[in-house]
Amino acid sequence: MSILQPNASVRGLPNADPRVASSGFKLGEHHDPYDPLDVAHPAAPLSRHFHPYEDNGGTVLSVSGGDYTIVASDTRLGSGYSVPTRYVSRVIKLTDKAVLASSGMHTDIAILHKVLRIRLTQYRHRHRKEMSLEAISQLLSTILYYRRFQPYYTFNVLGGIDENGQGWSYGYDAIGSHEKVRAVCSGSGQYLLQPVLDNQVEFRQMAADPTRKELQLEPCVELVKDAFTSTCERDIYTGDLVEICRITAKGVEMEKFELRAD
Amino acid sequence: MEKVIYVNETDAQRKPLLPSASSSVMSGLRLTAGVPLKDRDDSVLASAAGAPVKHTSRPIVTGSSVIAMRCKDGVVMATDTLASYGSLARFRQISRLYKATDHCVIGGGGDMSDFFELCETVRKETTLEYCYDDGHMITASAIHQMLARIMYNRRNKMDPYWNYMLVAGWQHGKPVLGYVDLVGSHFVSEVIATGYGEYLGLPLLRKAYREDITVEEGKKVLQQILTVLFYRDARTIDRIQIACVTEKGVEISEPTKLETEWSYKAFISGARASDVSTW
Amino acid sequence: MFRNQYDTDITTYSPQGRLHQVEYAMEAVKQGSAVVGVRSNTHVILATLKRSASELASHQKKLSEIDDHVGVAIAGLTADARVLTRFMRNECLNHKYVFEQPLALSRLALSVADKCQVSTQRASKRPFGVGLLLAGYDATGPHLFQTCPSGNYYEYYAMAIGSRSQGAKTYLERTFDSFPECTVDQLAKHAVLALRETVSSSKDTELTLENTAVAIVGKGTNFVIYEDDEVKPYLDMIDADEEEQPAEAEPAAADAPMTDA
Repeated sequence: MSILQPNASVRGLPNADPRVASSGFKLGEHHDPYDPLDVAHPAAPLSRHFHPYEDNGGTVLSVSGGDYTIVASDTRLGSGYSVPTRYVSRVIKLTDKAVLASSGMHTDIAILHKVLRIRLTQYRHRHRKEMSLEAISQLLSTILYYRRFQPYYTFNVLGGIDENGQGWSYGYDAIGSHEKVRAVCSGSGQYLLQPVLDNQVEFRQMAADPTRKELQLEPCVELVKDAFTSTCERDIYTGDLVEICRITAKGVEMEKFELRAD
Repeated sequence: MEKVIYVNETDAQRKPLLPSASSSVMSGLRLTAGVPLKDRDDSVLASAAGAPVKHTSRPIVTGSSVIAMRCKDGVVMATDTLASYGSLARFRQISRLYKATDHCVIGGGGDMSDFFELCETVRKETTLEYCYDDGHMITASAIHQMLARIMYNRRNKMDPYWNYMLVAGWQHGKPVLGYVDLVGSHFVSEVIATGYGEYLGLPLLRKAYREDITVEEGKKVLQQILTVLFYRDARTIDRIQIACVTEKGVEISEPTKLETEWSYKAFISGARASDVSTW
Repeated sequence: MFRNQYDTDITTYSPQGRLHQVEYAMEAVKQGSAVVGVRSNTHVILATLKRSASELASHQKKLSEIDDHVGVAIAGLTADARVLTRFMRNECLNHKYVFEQPLALSRLALSVADKCQVSTQRASKRPFGVGLLLAGYDATGPHLFQTCPSGNYYEYYAMAIGSRSQGAKTYLERTFDSFPECTVDQLAKHAVLALRETVSSSKDTELTLENTAVAIVGKGTNFVIYEDDEVKPYLDMIDADEEEQPAEAEPAAADAPMTDA
């Protein structure tokens, strides 16, 4: 889907029929697949049909320390080679101790967040308390798997602090597989970001150092900012702004940090 | 004054959507429109009897770009008045702007029949709100969200309303501008453009946008951008309408003809394979 | 209330044009313990008197959150109230799902009243035996609604329903002129004072931390319920000034069945 390629489909507009376009036009033989009256190839299927999925990009991450978790997402909404808008929020505060960030298709993200919010509200009404992080992590998996055969095109990371005050992150695929980890990222910048987290948060491939301590909250926020700044250097679907949520015993605080907007 | 066909046929201040039988204006639109609800139910029955259910697989009568800008004192939105039939400039006097409430206007591109049916759905909702008579009226952002739900539900059924729509409004003392499309994607932004406008118009909109821009300035910007679109988008004509939503309400201009300038040397010499000119 | 030949069927009118079963359902509301609602220009406050079925039982809750911006107080059959509460919560969630906006109070009251009305017109149904005070804040400000088993609903500046609520209503009628400009604390005080009118005539009860609950909703404030220790500030408020004279109260209602709240 690019205007840079010949015969490409432009969103919402007719595209050329590759069967014709590839051989070039001949006078009098022009076939417009968009013209309802043009039945030059009545039996041939049309080159353009409805695609229910769209990738709007975005990178999300969650990093946990002993008593905190940081959940972050950039705010760019990408579509093909366009940036229809530079600010959409992809993070949602589920409770005072759990925040979800989702990348992928924006409309599925919006619906998934709505569904989750409803389920959490119903839980609160029924049980007169907020759902725990562990329970939310399982609920999210169930909600995603419910749509196994028409999945939510979303790539989620869930972060928060559990009932013991310990920070945890959960990474998901689109259909509900998940794992509980210290640091995870997802979305269009996943392959640029994850190795940095592996090395800098989990100290993989670093020489053993008995004096080394786990990353504290503020240094970790700085790391997240650097990681996003680096990611959007090479990933065109990441940029504009990153929303960083700190989840601690005090609750959830959100900070906005500017990225390159080109 | 140009004659335009509107969606809203009962609005007293508007002209009717379907001209009377004696009218010379083409009224083919509704005939090619999306299947009415009743027939859709029939199609379900037909499906049960073994016949295939027909879904919208491509747009037929299409509108091109919609562009809009959120300003300090309101929102401006503009479209041309063309509904194409493939490459044919079929209906040249169609209004693609729909006044949903006193403070909300919807602009649509993509399949025009689908757009008109969506407008009917919105009208059902606004009529219901009016009948409640309790001091509440549906806000532009509620209409925007409702459309997003409708579009998303239909995409889940693989039977989309093939549209790109902008919703502009004025609510609680603030302007709002939102986008929604055939897969249900939706967002709010200060400047939005759809169709070719996304490629040709959006950069110009972003360049022109200021926090304190007024609707009067905004109208001029939109007019310029539609001129650019007319020069380059083969599915856009030079007859346009501009809608403006402010505290005072919705104001949709009569269709006006764009002023164009074709005396540039490159225009006159025309496109040749050997030309160095991009034209 | 005496038996008559026109009250065995919900859909049969008496020669006087009355639906006796519906009227009996209205009586069930009066059996429930009292709830009071008051409204200022910015807030709505509910105050409720909770009953316990016996010394060994806990007090029956009478306040429910419906959504962030609305809650209810109930008088009548608690079990029926649960059904309506669930219905209202669903209405609010559905509305928010579609429109991403809170449901307007008037629409919520209308939908719950419509639901009540259905069971006054079908032979196979029983009217809900519960009255509701709906308190909430929406785009048009704070609202207080009452719904009845009959399907009627009304908007009020201040209202009390339930047993011995006449005393509270008398208090409210005397003072409601001053409510619009009240601060939250002043308004809460009026609510609790009105509620006290429903217990002051009976010698064996008074407002305590266990049997009193207060809920507040308003501009910038989600619906919050205060009960047990949290309700202490509100009881302290009325203890602080005791010069209010008790108003005349209607005779105590007959002993209520245990299912009433």
